[in-house]
Amino acid sequence: MGDKKIRVLIAKPGLDGHDRGAKIIARSLRDAGMEVIYTGLRRTPQQIVNAALQEDVDVVAISILSGAHNHLLPKIASLLKENGADNILVTAGGVIPEKDFAFLEENGIRGIFTPGTPTNQVVDFIRANVKQ
Amino acid sequence: MNNKDISEKKAAWEENSVAKTLSKYKERKEEFLNGSDIPVNRLYTPMDADSNDYISKLGFPGEYPFTRGVQPTMYRGRFWTMRQYSGFATAKESNERYKFLLTQGQTGISIAFDLPTQIGYDSDDPIAEGEVGKVGVAIDSLHDMEILFNGLPLDKISTSMTINAPAAVLLAMYIAVAEKQGVSMDKLNGTIQNDILKEYAARGTYIFPPAHSMRLITDIFDFASKNMPNFNTISISGYHIREAGSTAAQEVAFTLANGIAYVDAAIKTGLDVDDFAGRLSFFFNSHNDLFEEAAKFRAARRLWAKIMKERFHAKNPRSMMLRFHTQTGGSTLTAQQPDNNIARVTIQTLAAVLGGTQSLHTNSKDEALALPTTESVQIALRTQQIVANESGVCDTIDPLAGSYYVESLTDKIEELAVDYINKIDELGGAVKAIEMGYVQKEIADSAYKYQKEIESGRRIVVGVNKFHVDEPPVEGLLTIDLETERQQIANLKEVMQRRDMAAVSNSLAAIKAAAESDENLMPALIEAVKNYATLGEICNVLRDVFGEYKSVEIL
Repeated sequence: MGDKKIRVLIAKPGLDGHDRGAKIIARSLRDAGMEVIYTGLRRTPQQIVNAALQEDVDVVAISILSGAHNHLLPKIASLLKENGADNILVTAGGVIPEKDFAFLEENGIRGIFTPGTPTNQVVDFIRANVKQ
Repeated sequence: MNNKDISEKKAAWEENSVAKTLSKYKERKEEFLNGSDIPVNRLYTPMDADSNDYISKLGFPGEYPFTRGVQPTMYRGRFWTMRQYSGFATAKESNERYKFLLTQGQTGISIAFDLPTQIGYDSDDPIAEGEVGKVGVAIDSLHDMEILFNGLPLDKISTSMTINAPAAVLLAMYIAVAEKQGVSMDKLNGTIQNDILKEYAARGTYIFPPAHSMRLITDIFDFASKNMPNFNTISISGYHIREAGSTAAQEVAFTLANGIAYVDAAIKTGLDVDDFAGRLSFFFNSHNDLFEEAAKFRAARRLWAKIMKERFHAKNPRSMMLRFHTQTGGSTLTAQQPDNNIARVTIQTLAAVLGGTQSLHTNSKDEALALPTTESVQIALRTQQIVANESGVCDTIDPLAGSYYVESLTDKIEELAVDYINKIDELGGAVKAIEMGYVQKEIADSAYKYQKEIESGRRIVVGVNKFHVDEPPVEGLLTIDLETERQQIANLKEVMQRRDMAAVSNSLAAIKAAAESDENLMPALIEAVKNYATLGEICNVLRDVFGEYKSVEIL
C-alpha cells in the first residue's frame, strides 16, 4: 500500500437510528490510520453516492439495522456503477440474515459483517480488498 | 459489634487469611471493575453500607424516598405488567399477535411502529421505500388504528406506544379509535413514549427542532392533565441511551437530566408540578450485571424522588415516585449460539424484578438476527412467568436491601449520576447539552471503550470472544416481504379516496393555525385524524411551521 491514506465513507441508509455500530467502526478505522467521513442518519442511496463521489472515497461502509438492506444496498452499488465509481469497495454491517448474503454479494456488496464481528476483522478486510 | 471492631477484624483477615491464599493462588484479575467503572471490592461489610441512615436513605416501600419500591406491597399485591413490545407488517397481522399474547397471559400490549410511522411519513412516501412494516406496524391513518385495535377493548387493556416525534398524532388517533368503541378518553390507560430528547441523543427518530418538539410534549402534558387522568404522558427513556453504549450510571444520569428538562419546560408553560408529575413514567434497560442493575433501579428511584422534592418542590408524593418499565438489553443478545440468550434474559429479568420494575418486556433469543418468531416470543414471556411464579423473589419486598454490596453500589451509582447532572446543569440543561453533542460524545466514548474491552479479552461474551463454536445459519427467522408494503400503500390509497376532502383540508388548516399560535394542538389533531387526515399529511403541515432538526455528528 502506498502512503496515501485509505478514505472511508461510513453510510447510514434507511430510517433506523441505531448508529452505535457505525460510530464504533468509524473510530476503529480512524485508529487504524484511515480517513473517515460519517454521513449521519437517514441518507438516501443517492445522497450516499453523492457524498462518496464528492469525498473521493475508496470505501463505502454501510451500516443498516432496519431490515431494508435487500432494497437499499443494491441501489447504492448500482448508482456507484452508473457513475463510473465501481472501483469503490462497498461493505455492509448490521442485522443482516445470512440467507441474504448471496443476493447482496451478487449485487455489488463485498464483505458483510454481522453483530459480534471484531473491529480488526473489518480493518483487515478493507486493507486486503481496497483498490487505491 | 461496632464499625471499629469490624474494621480491625477485617484488616487482620486481609493480613492473615487473604494474604496466605493470595501467596499461593492469584485472583482472576488484578482489578475488578464493573461496567460503570466502579471498583468492585473483594468483600463488603457493614462499613460500606451505613445503616444509621436507614430512614433517610431507604425508608419504606410506597414512601419517600421510594428506594425500596413505589408501592407498599409491591409484588405481594400483584406482579409487574408483563408487556411484550411487538408489531410488524400491517395492522391486521399485528392485531393477531396482540390477541395471541393476551391469550398467553400477557397483561398489557406494547406497540412497535415501523420507521416511516415513527418519523411521520406515509407508507407511499419515497423515503419509506423498503421500510414499511419492517420493524413495527405501519400506521398511516385512523383506518389502520381501527384495524390494529379491532376486538381489543380499550377500557380494559393498557396500551404502551413507542412513538416519539409524532406522539401527539398517534395519541389523537388512539383517543379517536377509543371513542368509536364507546370509550371516553378519561377511561384510557396506557403510555406514550413521547421522549424526544433521547431521540436526539441516542435513538434517532426525531423530526422537528428541540424547541418545537418540547412544545408538542408540553401540549400533551397539559391536555392529558385535564382529560386523561390515567394516561402516562411520557416514558422518559434510558433504554436507548444504554443500547447506544452508555454505562449503567450514565443511563440514570442522562435519563433523569432529560426528566428535569421536561419538568422545567412544563412549569415554564404555567403548569403546576403536581398537576402533571404524577403521570411521568420512566423506561430503563436491564443488562447482565445483576447487582449493578438492581442497584441502578434503586438509585434512580431515590435520586428522582429527591429531585422532585428538593428541586421542583413537589408536594404530592406521587409526583416523586419513579415508576418504570424495563426491557432486557437488546445489545447484550448475541447472534452466536442464540439459545444462550435465554439465560441472559433470565438474569436480566431477575435484575429488573429485584430492582422493583412496574412492567417488563423480555427480549426473544433470536432478536440479534431478526424480528422474533412467535415461538421465541413465547419463551421470553414464559421467562417472566417463571421468575414471577417459581423463583420466590416476589414474596418479599426489595430482597436485596441491606446487602452491603448492593447498598454501596446504590450509593455509588447515585453519586456518579449526580456528578453528571451537575455538569449538564452547568452546560445549561439537557437540551443544550444534547444540542452541543456532549451527551452523544459521552455515550460514544463508553461504547467504544466497551467494544475494545471485548476485543482485548478483558470482558468476556460467551460465544463471541470465548467458547466459540462453528454453527450453521439459523433457520426459520421471521421476514417481512415487500408484499406488505404494496398492500399497505393500496390500503392507504383506498382510504384517501373515500374521505371527505374538504373536511381534511379544513382540519389541516386548523392544525397549521394552532401550530403558529400558542393554542394547544391536541384538539385540532383529534379533529384531523377523525377526518382521516394521514400521519404524513399532518406531520408535513407541522414540518412547514416548525422546520426539521439537523443533527450534529460527533465521532
